[in-house]
Amino acid sequence: MGAVIFDVANGHTFLQGFSFVGDHPGFLAHKALEQLELSVAALAIAAAVALPVGIILGHLHRGSTVAIGASILGRALPSILLIAIFLTILGIGFVNNMFALAVLGTGPMLTNAYASVDGVERDVTDAARGMGMSGLQILRRVELPLALPLLFTGIRIAAVTVVATAPIAAIAGGGGLGDIIVNQASYRLQGVLGACYCVMALSAGVWLGLLALQRIVTPRALLTRVPMTGDN
Amino acid sequence: MPPAAELVFDRVTKRYAGRDAAALLELTLEIPAGTFCVLVGPSGGGKTTALKLVNRLIPFDEGDIRIDGRSITGLPVVELRRGIGYVIQQVGLFPHMSVGENVETVPRLLGWDRARRRARSAELLELVGLEPADAKRYPAQLSGGQRQRVGLARALAADPPLLLMDEPFGALDPITRHRLQLELRRLHHEVAKTVIFVTHDIDEAILMGDRIAILREGGVLAQYDTPDAILAHPTDDFVARFIGEDRALRRLALRTLDQIPLDPAGARDELPHVSDHSTVRNAVSLMLEAGVDRVLVVGDDRSERGELPFARATELLRS
Amino acid sequence: MTAAGPGPVIPNFGQASACVTGNNLFCWGWVRDHWGDTLEPHLVQHAELTVVAVAIGFAIAFLLALVSHRLRALDQPIAITAGLIYTIPSLVAFQILIAFSGLSNTTVEIPLIGYSLVILYPNIAAGLRSAPPDVLEAARGMGLRPRQVLWRVELPLALPAIIAGLRVAVVSTVAVATVASLVGDRGLGYPIFQAMRLPTPFKTEIYSAGALVVGLALGFDLVLVAARRVLVGWAQ
Repeated sequence: MGAVIFDVANGHTFLQGFSFVGDHPGFLAHKALEQLELSVAALAIAAAVALPVGIILGHLHRGSTVAIGASILGRALPSILLIAIFLTILGIGFVNNMFALAVLGTGPMLTNAYASVDGVERDVTDAARGMGMSGLQILRRVELPLALPLLFTGIRIAAVTVVATAPIAAIAGGGGLGDIIVNQASYRLQGVLGACYCVMALSAGVWLGLLALQRIVTPRALLTRVPMTGDN
Repeated sequence: MPPAAELVFDRVTKRYAGRDAAALLELTLEIPAGTFCVLVGPSGGGKTTALKLVNRLIPFDEGDIRIDGRSITGLPVVELRRGIGYVIQQVGLFPHMSVGENVETVPRLLGWDRARRRARSAELLELVGLEPADAKRYPAQLSGGQRQRVGLARALAADPPLLLMDEPFGALDPITRHRLQLELRRLHHEVAKTVIFVTHDIDEAILMGDRIAILREGGVLAQYDTPDAILAHPTDDFVARFIGEDRALRRLALRTLDQIPLDPAGARDELPHVSDHSTVRNAVSLMLEAGVDRVLVVGDDRSERGELPFARATELLRS
Repeated sequence: MTAAGPGPVIPNFGQASACVTGNNLFCWGWVRDHWGDTLEPHLVQHAELTVVAVAIGFAIAFLLALVSHRLRALDQPIAITAGLIYTIPSLVAFQILIAFSGLSNTTVEIPLIGYSLVILYPNIAAGLRSAPPDVLEAARGMGLRPRQVLWRVELPLALPAIIAGLRVAVVSTVAVATVASLVGDRGLGYPIFQAMRLPTPFKTEIYSAGALVVGLALGFDLVLVAARRVLVGWAQ
């Protein structure tokens, strides 16, 4: 039986996970880095597709169905399925997982990119157009700065989603901390738990790091505004 | 419930924490049953506050408010409110209920059976000038004027003896507003309930009110009297400024030509004609426009009722 | 998980068709043959997992939203806790829970309930707050008690937001439930997972199970859209 065997233990093992982390920092850091590599590559592809498409559609105030469809699809497509599909297409290794995770990350980025630019108050863009700004100028100087909070939130959500899903990719040869998590036989329960804690720390770190970046990049005057809840 | 209730404010004071000036200071008003009483004044005058004290949406600090002799604090608040009609500017119709269901809200709370509720709802829709078919429609499908009519019907549903109205026509366009003002006045002649009507518009107050209470900033009562008396004898500069320097003309607008003595009609045709339903003010305006000192008053049937000399208008102002 | 090979997914009694052995893109024959023993049971399991998780998640979220509606101060703490729960990756959540409750349904359901709870709570809370202030003022002024205002005005007006939240929660839960397969033979993730780990990943099984997952999610969504039309007829 292709059963996935897990060890049932008690709270003691729970804590031992932490000691595992303490005992193998270099190894875990290496694995974490692998995972980050995969995630960054996937996010780069996703961003290269989702951001331009979302921004342009939002600027033109067209294609809302596309944006909404992207978000629905992003939620409905299970990560395992994506990984499996790309596995069948591209075989095992880094590349197939990169694409699978890229698809995963596209949803939130596209939806938020669209909503953020589309949602800039019409009064403001009308005024800009009335002053004689071209479409591109409006986009660069007015819409993008105002859209930044929500846009960046989409990037953050996508980033954390990808980083958190990457462990599953280990099944298809993705490497990273997932290698440990799915391989309990070799690493024992405390190893698995230790890797789990690392994944959580990594996600939190990515979230906070991007949040800090967002604060730096956002125009001062917008900092007090609460971004609309575009997703999640 | 009796058809109309007497409402008394007895030295009512309301203060808000952290503010020096009171919102209402020792307000004392006696409003006889069946009166259409308008509370008017600049913002900060406390008129909306005074209104909301009556149905205890806001509690008062000192004094008392009595309906038909009974203090409003003597009743459970929910029971009090179900016996008072309440109409607000934004109407506040329940979007998830049909017009009919909105109107039937208080009767339902009071436990009326279905047949009685339906009948009452149909009766009220007709009273406020809506179609029976409107009962099935939803608020989102109605215009602003229609919504306010439904709001009025809803307030009258359980036949309360007292009606509170807080700037009900403020959000409507001027034409709809004027139409509803006239209809409400007509309604009040038919269904003589006690109405407390809040507005910041002195013209609306003069048009609608049997009595007007002018509240100045700080919640102090400046004057409480009939529109004509206030226009004729404003108690102080504040009231005089509030009602406007053209108060003499406004007084003349209160009288229609069929209510005052006219001179016998002379033989001159060149005089401007004016209907006997029109106001003295309009007649004076016509005189100024035509450059004459009298006008000919005619009835609906084109018969000559008499002539109005300019001097008569001045006499009227003396009375 | 064991590093040992999986058991046979394709009961190969020497009768595997050319389509299957050649691992063509999609073999209808295989789907027909294995509907009863593989696909349908896992579909039913998957649906069950989802419904149970969303139902319990909804119940808890609803209670929490009612509480924070009364005691506004609780809204922030609850929302922040919810946000934190959401950041726990599903795989990690399952793994940690296994340490406590083993390979049972409980282990699977708890994270699923958690995620749907996290999605539903903000939606229900926002829905309850969405009643326009003038409607609430009119309701109070007419003499409705606070509880009557809640049940007759605020809740009906919250329905659109609640149903929207349910749609998101159901679709997400269907997706996350696929990861439950790593805890054992539950749900449509299992056939996918098994097919993935063969020396040559078996395409038909992956695609057919995958299609069922997406179909299930869409099916639930359509049911909720229909429910919305019935219950919320007044919102255009």
